[in-house]
Amino acid sequence: MLLMVLTLTVALAACGQKNNSSNGGNASEGSSLSGSFLASGSSALQPLVDQVSKKFMDANSGVSVQVQAGGSGTGLTQVSEGQSQIGNSDVFAEEKLDAAKAAELVDHQVAVVGMAAVVNKDITIDNLTKQQLVDIFTGKVTNWKDVGGNDQKIQIINRPSSSGTRATFEKFALGQKSEDLQGSIQEDSSGTVKKLVGETPGAIGYLALSYLDDSVKAVKYEGVEASADNVANGTYPVWAYEHMYTKGEPDAAIKAFLDYMMSDEVQNGDVVELGYIPANKMQVKRDVDGNITK
Amino acid sequence: MQLESSAQRPIIGTGASELGGSIKAGSGKKFDRKNRLLIYNRFFKIACIASAVFVCLVLFSILFFMFRTGVLTFQDVSPMTFFFSTDWSPENESYGAFVFIFGTFALTLLTLVISVPLSVIIAVFLAEVAPKWLRNILRPVLDLLVGIPSVVYGFLGLTILIPLLRDLTGTNMGDGILAAAIVLTIMVLPTISRISDDAISVVPRKYRDASYALGATRFQTIFKVIVPAARSGIMYAVILGMARAIGETMAVVMVIGNTPQLADALFKPTSVLTSNIVMQIANVPFDSTWNNALYMMGFLLLIISLLMIVLVRMFQRKGAQQ
Repeated sequence: MLLMVLTLTVALAACGQKNNSSNGGNASEGSSLSGSFLASGSSALQPLVDQVSKKFMDANSGVSVQVQAGGSGTGLTQVSEGQSQIGNSDVFAEEKLDAAKAAELVDHQVAVVGMAAVVNKDITIDNLTKQQLVDIFTGKVTNWKDVGGNDQKIQIINRPSSSGTRATFEKFALGQKSEDLQGSIQEDSSGTVKKLVGETPGAIGYLALSYLDDSVKAVKYEGVEASADNVANGTYPVWAYEHMYTKGEPDAAIKAFLDYMMSDEVQNGDVVELGYIPANKMQVKRDVDGNITK
Repeated sequence: MQLESSAQRPIIGTGASELGGSIKAGSGKKFDRKNRLLIYNRFFKIACIASAVFVCLVLFSILFFMFRTGVLTFQDVSPMTFFFSTDWSPENESYGAFVFIFGTFALTLLTLVISVPLSVIIAVFLAEVAPKWLRNILRPVLDLLVGIPSVVYGFLGLTILIPLLRDLTGTNMGDGILAAAIVLTIMVLPTISRISDDAISVVPRKYRDASYALGATRFQTIFKVIVPAARSGIMYAVILGMARAIGETMAVVMVIGNTPQLADALFKPTSVLTSNIVMQIANVPFDSTWNNALYMMGFLLLIISLLMIVLVRMFQRKGAQQ
């Protein structure tokens, strides 16, 4: 009892200080939030959640947020089974869990990730149509000369079949599932894919826009350049939401955290800085089945 | 009660439990030196037994857990398909793990083919040929090599070996079973050669003397007398190296290509049990068939390495009998 009173006093005192010192900008954060929760899952989303959670904890000393990266499947399962309070995922829960379990989860789409097909810098082509990509990733075309390039063998550098990035690329760039082709290789991390595409002659792979740099060449998709603006206005179709799932409606502390995530401060600051596309900039919406609405 | 019985025995105790039995006269108080010793001994014994039981418990619960989850695979996939089908495409509900099982054995075999002759020659050099000062430098160097984390080997393989293989052979990627075997060879070489070195060093001097006395050359002495005499020790080293090669994950995953197809050529990207598990487990929901199949593959790995350990024990015993 005494302890409870003590903690309450301390918490209140802390809040009082905070309210006095903050100058109105973070009105939502000064409240008496406390609690601790775990956000686990997608390694693509982890840097953002991690960075935002540190800021959030600085502003709310009573809240402790733990962030773990273990993959989208792990995140969704853990939040569904109550082992973590937030499940980070690159894909919709419906695509990984059974319908009954997915229905219990509440989706919070905090950012968008665009993806681009990338090729080795020596490849002369700079545009691929959907059909050409399908031909390449299903093994129908194995030489760059068949899609307008030089006479050189195509080397596919893929992601493992369980990867969320691969699922997104297959769904929105290829429009179909692809198999692990003979001669293609699968790499676990975007960093490795970038390195291998950069140094392997005739290589093609795909990366999130945040990974693009001078070592690889991003190709246009159906004539549209892969850029944040084109994703936001709906002309470039290869993108996916980054989801943060909670089981049922979140409690006060988690809700405050998710609200903070969606605030302009984070969306225009950390989200852009880390190479994601702010969710509130999107002029189009997409549902689980891939239907686009303006 | 035990107090009295041990007091009646001869002064010199025969086992650890009778320690303290040699102290005959107590002061008569309840916690005199003798009683204290007996209590300590008993507690120590219990602590030891508890630790041993704990270790066994850990092992069996791991085995049990892996098996319990893994065996659920067979609700959806027939064992025939799982063990003998080469079609691993979980997104289409086909779970054939033969590619990985075959890959694991093929990779281990290839690793041993390269590493065993090399290691034995290194061991012979260390134990028989090298001058003492060189031996004193080389042995600690090999011991240090054993301790290098495997991810370092994998990274070096990815950044140095793969481009090198690509240039040397003209293949498109360089990834494949050969690249993985070379990396693993570098990893297990120090283990095998150091243990073989120890085995060769303890071959009695009289064997050498007898061989030289018969007019044998140094080469003949080493390969006809000393190495055969150290055979069980060398086998022990090889199996330890093999166990490490089979379980190795990080170094392999970085250079093998990770494509589920049969490893029937040296430069064909393929996959083994460990690399496939680590590539996929993070993105698979916990109670799916896919997840269970990965657990079954982990269970297979455990069984294989347990068999290795049993083999090691057999060779140790054989070595001790000689």
